Amino acid sequence: MTDTLAAPTANTGGARFVGQRVQRREDLRLVTGHGRYTDDVVVPGMLHAAFLRSDIARGVINSIDVSAARQLDGVVAVFTGADFNAEIREHWVDFEGPGGDASPFRVLADTDVRFAGDPIAVVIATSRYIAEDACELIEVDIEPSTPVIGADAALAADAPVVHAGRADNIAGAIPAAADPVLDEIFANAAHVITETIDQNRYLCVPMETRGIVSQWDPFNQELTVHISTQGPHGVRAYIGRALGIPENRIRVIMKDVGGGFGQKMFMIPDEVAVVLAGKRLGRPVKWIEDRRENLMSGLHARDDRMTVSFAVDDTFHILGVKCDLIEDVGSFNAAGSSSIGFVGLLFPGPYKIPRVGFSAKAVFTNTCGRCSYRGPWMMETAAREQMMDIAARRLGIDPLEFRRINVITSAELPYTTAAGLVYDAVSIDGSLEQAVSMVGYEAFRAEQAAARAQGRFIGLGLGLYVEPSGIAMGNMSSEAAIVSISVNGDVTAVMSSGSHGQSLETTVAQVVADRLGVDFERVTVVQGDTAATPFGPGTGGSRSAVILNGAASQASGDVRTKMLEIAAHVLEAATDDLELEAGNISVRGTPSKGISVTEVARIAYLRPQELPPGMSLGLESHARYTPNAPFTFSNSCHACVVEVDAVTGGVKVLRFIVSEDCGVMINPDVVEGQIAGGVVQGIGGVLYEEMAYDMSGNPMNTTFVDYLLPTATEVPIIEYGHIETRSSTNPGGFKGMGEGGAIGSPPAVINAVADASPTSSTGRSSSRCRRRTSAPPSTLLADPAE
Amino acid sequence: MADTTVGIPTVSVTVNGVLRRGTPEPRKTLADFLRDDCELTGTHLGCEHGVCGACTIFMDGEAVRSCLVFAVQAEGADITTIEGLSAPDGTLSVVQKAMNEAHGLQCGFCTPGFVVSITALLRDNPDPSDEEIRQGLSGNLCRCTGYQGIIKAVKIAAGQSVDANGKAH
Repeated sequence: MTDTLAAPTANTGGARFVGQRVQRREDLRLVTGHGRYTDDVVVPGMLHAAFLRSDIARGVINSIDVSAARQLDGVVAVFTGADFNAEIREHWVDFEGPGGDASPFRVLADTDVRFAGDPIAVVIATSRYIAEDACELIEVDIEPSTPVIGADAALAADAPVVHAGRADNIAGAIPAAADPVLDEIFANAAHVITETIDQNRYLCVPMETRGIVSQWDPFNQELTVHISTQGPHGVRAYIGRALGIPENRIRVIMKDVGGGFGQKMFMIPDEVAVVLAGKRLGRPVKWIEDRRENLMSGLHARDDRMTVSFAVDDTFHILGVKCDLIEDVGSFNAAGSSSIGFVGLLFPGPYKIPRVGFSAKAVFTNTCGRCSYRGPWMMETAAREQMMDIAARRLGIDPLEFRRINVITSAELPYTTAAGLVYDAVSIDGSLEQAVSMVGYEAFRAEQAAARAQGRFIGLGLGLYVEPSGIAMGNMSSEAAIVSISVNGDVTAVMSSGSHGQSLETTVAQVVADRLGVDFERVTVVQGDTAATPFGPGTGGSRSAVILNGAASQASGDVRTKMLEIAAHVLEAATDDLELEAGNISVRGTPSKGISVTEVARIAYLRPQELPPGMSLGLESHARYTPNAPFTFSNSCHACVVEVDAVTGGVKVLRFIVSEDCGVMINPDVVEGQIAGGVVQGIGGVLYEEMAYDMSGNPMNTTFVDYLLPTATEVPIIEYGHIETRSSTNPGGFKGMGEGGAIGSPPAVINAVADASPTSSTGRSSSRCRRRTSAPPSTLLADPAE
Repeated sequence: MADTTVGIPTVSVTVNGVLRRGTPEPRKTLADFLRDDCELTGTHLGCEHGVCGACTIFMDGEAVRSCLVFAVQAEGADITTIEGLSAPDGTLSVVQKAMNEAHGLQCGFCTPGFVVSITALLRDNPDPSDEEIRQGLSGNLCRCTGYQGIIKAVKIAAGQSVDANGKAH
């Protein structure tokens, strides 16, 4: 593959660390058991919280009797919605901004319950054991009624409303716009192919559940919150508005966080209840969500249905598409969790689709609310890539051939999609061809035919997509860095991020070290504490490589420039003649004439008389960075090979290949780690994981015995192909790729299973793959359609 | 039940070579005893129902899930937690070092359980096959890595050579 990287220049720093498999500096504490997760935080006088939750999906609360619970030894307080709900002054997160159509919210269920898991009361006690005991002593009388379960029920003409006071169960909608041009395309197309694609509800499942320790200090009028989150600043701003506490009296700290995947982007009502309880009592309170709570009420994801129509001409070019999406967002969905806008915007993805018609509804149901799980809009890829296979089979051509005919090629760049998005630095056809080459597509077809002759069913599926990384809109538009070189020449990068597994302590240090020409070991990264760090929206949306490192580059660049100016003055040379490498600044061609970074730092702080005239003291810069485009597009192609047991329906993933172009790779280990984690979440979502509800609204998968995550025995070795097309949106040429693994893998797996199905070998019919809710794990049924 | 210790027998266990005595309630799990009473928070609780393996420790030489053992059941036991696998000066064990080298962790929450399970696996089977490695890891859940780096780490710790994709040679 052509290397499209530009060489680093003297002004931007070298590439001694960027691009290297630098080993993570987070690991020393984490592999030895010395990380600091929220449950590891212990504060003197700390109390413990436990929640009583509704086991009924929908009903009116007739009464709540907490008297017996309050009398239990060790119980300090029991609070209900009547105690807390009126305390909330404003309920909106930075992502939404004020005045928007905020999601329904209350701290605790008061008049009614709206999903099984809805928190009704919180017990505060001297131990978690006692708090849980006391929950069992609370008497709640609920008059149940028929819950709204599933999108069809939500949209039924006589459907009860999930949220009292709303006219219907519509959480958001994009109506179908009249488009006579598209209608004309469909009317005259040689082929029109329509299919409905379902996606089951599956969840983020971070290994660390939620947790919070809230300390209100009435004597300093200060709130300190340790929380398992994806970003401390959003938590601080939200609490400030909700409780009427000035932001500068709130300190939010996140140390190590055991994964988030979108679930921990925003606070949930339970966490707000803990803050309120602690403030009311003037005591520190800890709540550690248990796994059942995390699965039942910690926010859900996916659960979509999309009907897609392709209009195709007689040379198999896609002329237009129509899509209609229905999302089930549950009851109390998180801000931004409905992705209907993004799905329509991104649907054309990697293909030349001249015209797109899109309509959508997001609906409330009496189930746990939705959050923005890794690639929240990925239904566009899940549905489109399945449709590519379905359409190809109905057209009688190979799915690869259909993709090759329609893919956007590098020769066609810059390419503007039907929705107006511009791709300039992508390699979509390159990643398709790299994945196809790595998997050995032609040889596989021969192997598949031979296997079928022996009664074995193997299949190959592709998933091709363009990922809108580094999303820079609204509160997500920027990240910030404060980079300084201190008196002894050590570098500190204080970052706006909220790392929860992304290796940012390592990768940011790589970027800063290169920009400053110092050793990696001299750079320390600080993050996750509102008392020390500048505002950031939280780590998510594949933003850190692009936006956070943009900030790191910008601040480091300022410091670098100043260092060179000081050195030039001291060395009596022009800055353009200086080289900065390995902690030393020297005059090019005269290596003996130089000065160390440490010496420059000492001048900057301790010997102002040696500075150039008029220069301010110090070596530090605070930069807030926004990329020069709202999206930084990366691209990828997944290729999955499976074998389906014709008797049991069991699926074994034999190979999984990912060709990825995330621009300049900062650390290939981190890139591959992110890809692998996302891919396996996608494999899990298709083959093993499902959060199902029965018709009474009971969640059926609230333990790890019922909600099955993939283990080491189910996943193949993932094979990576890298293409590095430098991005134009940011100084490092980076692109985000944190979500892509979870976007491309589900359709690749489903397409592989469908491809293994004997019905597809006839060339006559299409086949599609549907998950059967009642099926045993790892079982998919390939239905002949039509 | 009140948090009283009256009449409850004292538990004596050796944890990482140090004798620890405590008076936990009979229902207190060994995991909570280690975390709260012994202040060894490296043992993590990911599910508290014996599936995820994050709380795996050595008890009398066996890798066990400390969320499924009551502290009082550990009376007289010799326990090693994740904190006991590295040297006090931070020098890593072979398995810990391999996890770092192989990018075997991201958020790190499941890592202590994996390190204990891998240590047990390689003690009992110093040169495991691919299949044996996967079986040996199947009692621990990870949500970040897709197990790729962890499998590679086992191979590195076992002295097997690996390529970039973690395949043994």
